Amino acid sequence: MDFDGLIPQLLNLFASAMLILAFAMLSQRRILRLIHLFTLQGLSVVGATLVVAWVTGQHHLYFSAALTLLLKAILIPWLLHKLIDRLNVRWDIETLLNIPTMMLVGIVLVIIAFNLAGPISQLSGSIARGTLGIALACVLLSFMMMITRAKAIPQVIGFLAMENALFFAATAATYGMPMVVELGIALDVLVGILILGVFMFQIREQFDSLDIRHLEKLKED
Amino acid sequence: MNALFVLYASPLLGTLVLALFGHRPVGRNINVGFSLISFAAAAVLTVQIVEHGPLHAFDRQFFIDPLNVFLVALTALVGLTTALFSRPYMRVEEDHGRMTPGRMRLYHSLYQLFVFTMLLALTTNNLGILWVAMEAATLATVLLVSIYRTPASLEAAWKYFILCGVGIAQALFGTILLYLAASRVLGAGIDALLWTQLDQVKTALNPGIMSLAFVFLLLGYGTKVGLVPVHNWLPDAHAEGPTPISAVLSGLLLNVALYAVLRCKVLTDGALQSRFAGDLLVGFGLLSVVTAAFFLFRQKDVKRMFAYSSIEHMGLMTFAFGLGGPVANFAGLLHMTVHSLVKSAIFFAVGHAAQKAGTQIMDDIRGLLRSNPVVGWGLMAGTLAILGMPPFGVFASEFLILTTAMQQLPWATPLLLLALGVAFAAVFSRVHPMVFGNTELKRLPHPPAIVPVFVHLALGLMLGFYIPSYLTAWYEQAAKLIGG
Repeated sequence: MDFDGLIPQLLNLFASAMLILAFAMLSQRRILRLIHLFTLQGLSVVGATLVVAWVTGQHHLYFSAALTLLLKAILIPWLLHKLIDRLNVRWDIETLLNIPTMMLVGIVLVIIAFNLAGPISQLSGSIARGTLGIALACVLLSFMMMITRAKAIPQVIGFLAMENALFFAATAATYGMPMVVELGIALDVLVGILILGVFMFQIREQFDSLDIRHLEKLKED
Repeated sequence: MNALFVLYASPLLGTLVLALFGHRPVGRNINVGFSLISFAAAAVLTVQIVEHGPLHAFDRQFFIDPLNVFLVALTALVGLTTALFSRPYMRVEEDHGRMTPGRMRLYHSLYQLFVFTMLLALTTNNLGILWVAMEAATLATVLLVSIYRTPASLEAAWKYFILCGVGIAQALFGTILLYLAASRVLGAGIDALLWTQLDQVKTALNPGIMSLAFVFLLLGYGTKVGLVPVHNWLPDAHAEGPTPISAVLSGLLLNVALYAVLRCKVLTDGALQSRFAGDLLVGFGLLSVVTAAFFLFRQKDVKRMFAYSSIEHMGLMTFAFGLGGPVANFAGLLHMTVHSLVKSAIFFAVGHAAQKAGTQIMDDIRGLLRSNPVVGWGLMAGTLAILGMPPFGVFASEFLILTTAMQQLPWATPLLLLALGVAFAAVFSRVHPMVFGNTELKRLPHPPAIVPVFVHLALGLMLGFYIPSYLTAWYEQAAKLIGG
């Protein structure tokens, strides 16, 4: 079997899975399914990291794959599930306007991302040439998801999806950041999600709803 | 080395101790105590750097040079004075029932943690850790902004968290790109993120990657600096959080974020050998100065108004560093120092004034001179200082920035002058009736913290007409480091 051809393809498979999942999240209206999609995205990152680790033989990447698995595919989804249970929003459906338009804007974003990342991917000596563009596209798509959502939990999931995409960028383009930095980032993400959890209860307590539209009083008049 | 260790240990230990005892009345004094230790360590460290030059520590993971040691000293100083200010301020808040013992514990503990993250961000040599520390600083302050749990404060904190989170994610992408460029030169591993290592090989870094990296880093850290158009979180977070937190956000956190931008700019300049990074800073700086000046007119809330004034001044510094060269950099650093001192002094005065009036709406705060002359004079002097009246230090730095702009970018000078004029009219016309005018309000139950206000103003005044020679030498070295 021709491994040399297979490895980049496998990596591209995970990368495209990430991109498709980013689009799926953009158009998903149910909070529960959004969490499932986020978990799948986390698993794709783990898969991609494992492939890169295996190809390059860098042991610290196995460690960071394990860290990602623990954090992004197990711990954070578990926290999110607990959160939606406690807040009783498990079956919430959000009304999203204009899904086709959002998809089109998303495609434009992907094209922009590929154009930006193109020249750099040429220089990157890694096995993952096209993946930097995909990672940047996922960052932009998650960003767009955050802008278009009106509820707190989907916004947070958008934020976490962005973190996933960044992590993927780090692995694909540079074979992972140094371990200290990766641990620091993981710690920040974990603390961040805990603080957000606390926050959601405070918001609910004040407004009886998790609709971010209540949080638009502080405007310039 | 030992001073550096104390510098980290003191706020960290403070975080733990105050997490246990912060709710007791003695917590206020413990907070001041740990801040005092940090300040002493920073002072010792500063003397060491001035005498012996740059310092590496802990296997090159930490690095102190003239650029960051002056910010370390400033951070520790303002951290101490703000702790002093928060003693009477928070007592009044407790009397008003806005702070419960539980919240006091959270407040004190997170305050020390916040100081620690800023000191870590300033002194780390590793650009990855710099990012981690900046994010940690956001996380530490977000619960401080929402500490009153009012709808407005929750909204402000949510906005702060989401906007700064997105911003800082851009900075992470920039850092990843930077690491990509660096690992092609230095090889993979921790060395490729050490600033001192990168500084030595900066001319070899790939220009294409570095320019894209700088755009992301500027957008990311620029969100925390409060540059227009990514400034939206800043006025809300300043207005709705407790006043001591407004003072440290404005006086310190914005500086630390700008410092991060400057470190990245040095590397980008080296790699590109062009004015790309400088031009971006000039553009964002100018936009921030002008936009913020016009927003000043529309404000009704006093803390919100001074938050916009912070955006204006951060813009001015960004503009100065964008111009580059020894004089503009010197002016930018001076402006950084004086703005920190004066703006936190203003927030101290405003905090007492707002507490007395029971509101932050400027139309309802009147006659400070009658009810509390010292606070009134403090606010007036601070306002004049921040608006650039001589002989305060802001005048000196703004004068230097304007004259450099006249030589290098003549078209920008009228815009800057216009913005400064508008800002003067807007702020002065609001503060004047607050200070003079009539009132029947009673005095505050606890004596206000006057010392921090006037210590800051006195330092700001001193820097206006006399900068000690060691300080000048120090600024000049730092200005040379930034280059441009």
